[in-house]
Amino acid sequence: MIEVQNVSKSYGPVHAVRDISFSVKRGEILGFLGPNGAGKTTTMRILSCFMPATAGTARVAGYDVFNEAMEVKKRIGYLPENPPLYLEQTVDDFLRFVAGIKGVPSQDVKSKIDRALTLTSTMDVRHRIIGKLSKGFRQRIGLAQALIHEPEILILDEPTVGLDPAQIIEVRELIKGLAGDHTIILSTHILPEVEQTCDRVVIINKGQVVAEDTTTGLTRKLQGAASTVKLEAEGEPEAVKAVLQSVEGVANVTHTAGAYMIESTADHDIRSDLAKAIVKKDFKLFGLQRVGMNLEEIFLQLVKSENGAGRNEA
Amino acid sequence: MKNTWTIFRRELNAYFVSPMAYVVLVFFFALASVFFYLFLASFLQNQQLIQMQAQQGGRFQPVNVNLMLIRGLLLNLSVISLFMIPMITMRSFSEDKHNGTMELLLTSPLTNWQIILGKYFAALTLYATMIGTTLLFMVLLFFYGDPEFLPILSGYIGLLLFGAALVGIGMFISSLTENQLVSALVTFVVMLFLWLVGALGSFNSTNWSQQLLQYLSTIEHLDDFVKGVFDTRHLVYYLSTAFLGLFLTYQSVESTRWRG
Repeated sequence: MIEVQNVSKSYGPVHAVRDISFSVKRGEILGFLGPNGAGKTTTMRILSCFMPATAGTARVAGYDVFNEAMEVKKRIGYLPENPPLYLEQTVDDFLRFVAGIKGVPSQDVKSKIDRALTLTSTMDVRHRIIGKLSKGFRQRIGLAQALIHEPEILILDEPTVGLDPAQIIEVRELIKGLAGDHTIILSTHILPEVEQTCDRVVIINKGQVVAEDTTTGLTRKLQGAASTVKLEAEGEPEAVKAVLQSVEGVANVTHTAGAYMIESTADHDIRSDLAKAIVKKDFKLFGLQRVGMNLEEIFLQLVKSENGAGRNEA
Repeated sequence: MKNTWTIFRRELNAYFVSPMAYVVLVFFFALASVFFYLFLASFLQNQQLIQMQAQQGGRFQPVNVNLMLIRGLLLNLSVISLFMIPMITMRSFSEDKHNGTMELLLTSPLTNWQIILGKYFAALTLYATMIGTTLLFMVLLFFYGDPEFLPILSGYIGLLLFGAALVGIGMFISSLTENQLVSALVTFVVMLFLWLVGALGSFNSTNWSQQLLQYLSTIEHLDDFVKGVFDTRHLVYYLSTAFLGLFLTYQSVESTRWRG
């Protein structure tokens, strides 16, 4: 549905985005992850036809964002970083206006407004003036505005920013519910958000893609062959350590705060071997679990190595 | 067409939802009323004087309401408009840029012209409403006196064209900044310049630069309309200025896309 090929964007001498390529399949939720200033908003603005790229091509729903912008605009719903709202209007009036400019046929306007209000749970405030609503509600009206014409593609720039935890969960659920019918690309700098809502993730830093994969695939890839096991046991630390080290396949053991981190080079799961060894020596075993890297660690690792590379170049 | 209409309706609504439209209308009407009163008073005094002269044996010449009263009044209205138009046009693009709603407009299936024309005609409608409030004075004059109709008509057409030109310029300036106050001030200065530049020149001068200055002046072109003289030269001036404003606005909106 979305194809981005070697897209670059520079503002004068500043490169906001450099040679980005990725794609999104129909019905998928793609998370666009990166620190502030990484180029997320710029990329989304290019995809939403707000501004053209300096180089490269992007196709949305099969249409070129530059040459066939009008066709693209008909098929996207876009929620910018700051929800675009006319503060002096009521929610109803505003959505009617947006439906008008998005080309919703006049006989459908009422039902589409009702649908958008229901989806974003803003039915209760439909007659209120937008300027008098809280940040959370404004954000949801922004989302309703993007949904109003039931676009094939939703481009959401930080959709959960400014919401309270309960609302964040609500919005995430809403976004998940929309996937399938809609193809969604959302940007965020909050890592759990990607882990919880997205099928795939593109990590971007300093205007360049540093990783693109499924959320689980990315974790697997970064872990490589070596895996880490966390073990909790009671006993003399040095003795326990010695026992653990004697198990076949264990490369390194470190002891921190009652837990032992065991790095293994074995190609099989060594957890049962570890348990057996511990129990045999009459130590008390409390816990044993594999430690996968979470996105946060992956992210930091990727961004750090990028920065390191950058310094070497300089 | 439908899209332009949608934008137009929202823009016009925005004027009347905010206090701006009422401030502009009331302020304008109050000033216009003061001028109407002053012109009327001096006209009546004049008439009395002439009647007295006639009684003392001079020849009686009826005083022309159109020339002595309406012409001056309409020219004055154009001067008050110079203060009002910046208030009308200042928000048209600046507000959208400031609120981020520009992003909504530019990512919706609308052409730039639909956005610009919708906003332009909304601003022009408010201006026309403002000028229209003074028709009340004309009704009074018709009721108590005997003015000629056609010069009044051409005078109002002239005022409308005058507004069409200046609203175009104001909108262009509004599209350059997201600060409404800056937009209003710059518009006012530009309009004041276009008004005063006429004082430096004269149509009758043989010097081409003076003629050019005269031609640039927005108010000089109005005088003929108010007198009831319809000259295509003035029509061309106002329409081309309006078009220039719209064209520059288009370029400015287009460049926001490039600059981001």
